[in-house]
Amino acid sequence: MPDLPLEVWEWIADPDRWAGSRGIPSRVLEHLWYSLSSLAAAIAIALPVGLWVGHTGRGGTLAINLANTGRAVPSFGIIVLFAILIGFGFTGTFIALVAFAIPPILTNTYTGVREVNSEVRESAEGMGMRGFQVLWRVEVPYALPLIFAGIRTSAVQVIATATLANLVGIGGLGSYVFGGLARLNFAEMLVGAVLVALLSLAMEGVLALVQRAVVPGGLQEQEAATQPAQQIPSPVA
Amino acid sequence: MSPTPAVAITGDQPLVDWAWIERNAPMVGELFVEHVQLTAYPVTLGLVLAFPLSLAAVRWQWLYPPLIGFAGLLFTVPSIALFVLMVGVTGLGMTTAVVPLAIYTLLVLVRNTVEGFNGIDRDVREAAEAMGYRRARQILTVELPLALPVIIAGLRITTVTTVGLATVATLVGSGGLGDLFTDAVMRRFPTPALVGLVLAVLLAVALDLALLAVQWLLTPWRRRAS
Repeated sequence: MPDLPLEVWEWIADPDRWAGSRGIPSRVLEHLWYSLSSLAAAIAIALPVGLWVGHTGRGGTLAINLANTGRAVPSFGIIVLFAILIGFGFTGTFIALVAFAIPPILTNTYTGVREVNSEVRESAEGMGMRGFQVLWRVEVPYALPLIFAGIRTSAVQVIATATLANLVGIGGLGSYVFGGLARLNFAEMLVGAVLVALLSLAMEGVLALVQRAVVPGGLQEQEAATQPAQQIPSPVA
Repeated sequence: MSPTPAVAITGDQPLVDWAWIERNAPMVGELFVEHVQLTAYPVTLGLVLAFPLSLAAVRWQWLYPPLIGFAGLLFTVPSIALFVLMVGVTGLGMTTAVVPLAIYTLLVLVRNTVEGFNGIDRDVREAAEAMGYRRARQILTVELPLALPVIIAGLRITTVTTVGLATVATLVGSGGLGDLFTDAVMRRFPTPALVGLVLAVLLAVALDLALLAVQWLLTPWRRRAS
């Protein structure tokens, strides 16, 4: 494909690509909307449950095992099945995206809270903190690096899987990848794929900055040091 | 931002159409075999690449952070993007899927292999050196067996992940169980998707157990100890 760079350039340079609901800005926004809404829902579910399970220590093994079993389930298949059973479009996809974004956040939150040194916990109690205060003022700050690692993993996953979900009737950047595939327009596919990759890297970068701003200074270094096996991200889609 | 309105499937087709499964069993069997290849080739290729890289990173520790950083960066690139990029190089087909899938195995394989070697007791190393082992022989006969459990733990994670990822490869014409998902979407018929999901999970579990068995066979001393 010797003319490919030229084709890509012509595809991008076309003013139609930059306007309207099929233009690049709208597609990027659509993709962000799918990804961020599912990520927010997953955080809203996984974070409280993970904190609770980690704080009380009850049900932890079950949560970890469920999440590890989930690793073996192909997200592509779940997206397809939900679309057929619940309906094509965003509803089925949203449920599937949330379901796949929960495990990394849940296991990391649980592990992060569990790994808080028992001496640290005891001294907090010795200082007169009650259960909820210990959780909020000691365990959560300590667990933040791992919690963020989980959120970052899920964010990248959700962006990737939302691309695939174009096949079950949502828009976003998958429109270019699969539209290009259907029309055998390789330039369009390539631009779509590169945009997905860039969005994914940008999301990683932004979340890393948020993490830097939120995690207390003394705990920043922990991130690299504590990488338990459960939190190895799995690339999907 | 207006997602396509949801179209629910209200027909009276059953969730599992046993007649379809019976009719298509040979085809499903072929896809399953393809999927085993789609998993085995990339993991093998990944291991062949990761092993020397890891040995180098154990020997020259400064290599480790950039190596892991690069593998981690590749990890955040969605597979559909890598697959599409590969179509430009190798066209449609199985090769197109194998290379990206192998790339995804590198992060975990390199990390676990390096950790496996780094975790070996210093005394063991010194004893081997004192006994006059040559470097290469020491790595293969003393250090590798000791690092094996951590390496195999990485291999298990990678294999299970690859089984799932390989279903996406159907989109670049690589065959495998993913074909059942695209078939299900096109006909809005749930049975193939369910069959594909069940087989993918079964394959992942079977391979995971097989690797566990390999570890059990290769590390007899751990059995005696525990």
